[in-house]
Amino acid sequence: MADKIATREAYGNALAEFGSDNRIVVFDADLSKSTKTDNFRKKYPERFFNMGIAEGNMMVTAAGMASCGKVVFASTFAMFAAGRAFEQIRNSICYPKLNVKIGATHAGLSVGEDGASHQAIEDIAIMRALPNMTVISPADAVETKYAVKAAIEHEGPVYLRLGRLNVPVIYNESSYKFEIGKGIVLAEGNDAAIIATGLMVSAALEAKELLQQEGINARVIDIHTIKPIDADIIVKAARETGAIVTAEEHNIIGGLGSAVAEVLSENYPVPLVRVGVQDKFGKSGKPDILLQMYGLTAADIAKSTKAVLKKKTGR
Amino acid sequence: MKKSEIKDLQKYAVKVRKHIIDEVYSAASGHPGGSLSCTEILTVLYFAEMRVNTKQPLWEDRDRFVLSKGHCTPALYAVLAEKGFFPKEDLLTFRKADSYLEGHPSMRYVPGVDMSTGSLGQGISAAVGMAMAGKLDKKDYRVYAVLGDGELQEGEVWEAFMAAAHYKLDNLTAFLDHNGLQIDGRITDVMSPEPVADKFKAFGWNVLKTDGHDIEKILESIGQAKDCKGKPTIIIAETVKGKGVSYMENQAGWHGSAPNKEQRDQAMAELDKVLAELEVE
Repeated sequence: MADKIATREAYGNALAEFGSDNRIVVFDADLSKSTKTDNFRKKYPERFFNMGIAEGNMMVTAAGMASCGKVVFASTFAMFAAGRAFEQIRNSICYPKLNVKIGATHAGLSVGEDGASHQAIEDIAIMRALPNMTVISPADAVETKYAVKAAIEHEGPVYLRLGRLNVPVIYNESSYKFEIGKGIVLAEGNDAAIIATGLMVSAALEAKELLQQEGINARVIDIHTIKPIDADIIVKAARETGAIVTAEEHNIIGGLGSAVAEVLSENYPVPLVRVGVQDKFGKSGKPDILLQMYGLTAADIAKSTKAVLKKKTGR
Repeated sequence: MKKSEIKDLQKYAVKVRKHIIDEVYSAASGHPGGSLSCTEILTVLYFAEMRVNTKQPLWEDRDRFVLSKGHCTPALYAVLAEKGFFPKEDLLTFRKADSYLEGHPSMRYVPGVDMSTGSLGQGISAAVGMAMAGKLDKKDYRVYAVLGDGELQEGEVWEAFMAAAHYKLDNLTAFLDHNGLQIDGRITDVMSPEPVADKFKAFGWNVLKTDGHDIEKILESIGQAKDCKGKPTIIIAETVKGKGVSYMENQAGWHGSAPNKEQRDQAMAELDKVLAELEVE
């Protein structure tokens, strides 16, 4: 694999790159060096506002600005966006369908040493339950860049789930195409399908290699948009492979695994195994060690794929 | 302002009160007490102060209004209907399933509503955002908000106050509808936000006080707010919850309950009497 870049870094760079549009305003809650919105501030200081450590007010102030024609990116850690400011996002952004884009960085266990209080493992579940909300969880720097671009063009609220950890760049910018709500088949295969999001997409690609060595041919699908979910790509995978594994750096309750389970059970039920945080809080530690401890590695995905294959053949 | 113009505004206020009673009566639910206490404030804003266009509710250069105490929307709807944003007859559909007049104001459904509110503490933040946008775009529109005094118990209000002073939003004027009552009783018994004037001053705001039922004094305060540069202004309006309906005045119980037929008729008789007196004088 080539370079490693954190999606938060790609987010900050994309804001700076696409920031010439005068409608774009960026808010942060005293974390601009961490969320990387500082990259935008350096270029467009007049359109950057630090709102202090007051996330609830930041979200609704962003809504007020959006009501005046601005496209406002409001950034903080996922924990304090989806968590602390949930009700502000619900009532003042989603209900009036205002053009606020929530740049939620430091999602998941890969926050690392800061520990459980800062590791959002439930934000996808919370955000996807909101009417009018679009939920995007990019896999790498390239996808993040085009997700930001799509968020600017999209009319209405968007939740962008971003990470702190440097992750492999898996896409080639010259050929990459991002469309909200459209998953991407990264590798073909008909024995089982691994449906992943965020940093678990690169782990899924590694898992495919591991499985290949054992003669198992797995399809790998990147679901960057968790809502609206790409039901077509999921149902097609279910029909053609008959076994699904989901992989996410999130609680198995309410996240990608649940969204895929909803699509499968209503359309084409096949055996499913969900790789993710098993309804536990995180802890402090190095990101890579935490991902191992919580069963979020390529080896874990490969193991779950073999498990789901047994369920498939056992039918 | 001429005496006759003041009198016209007083008449509008009585008409707004009558609409409030009818809205809440026809819905058999809603919040009359706080709607009646902020009636003059809204009347003055929409009929004597704010630059709005009923033909173009989303006109980008309009003054903005945010009812941070969103439950008092019967007053807002009444003023908007009297102003001509939508038909007055529609007021009687308030809170009904086939109506656009939601129990708390929605900017998506109701012409003239600038921000959806209802969850206390959030409206003032939205007003701060609108005022920041005005500054950023170098527009001369002004932003007004009305807060409840019980609402001050929400922490977000103080986050918003901090931000407004920090960004020197002198295009923002907030009113405190200081009626002293909330659902469970006196604000000073439930969870006192007092002394409010000292707190607002400490948060960096220009603080004015007025009689919230005196049209001329409200107008005068707005004038002073517009003259103040470099700071947002809060006008502490001393008001009476349930103002204008004898049995509702100063009764916390009328925060969120609707009158029955007999009570509705009595309220209308009282308000009609006031209106008749204003017509005669």
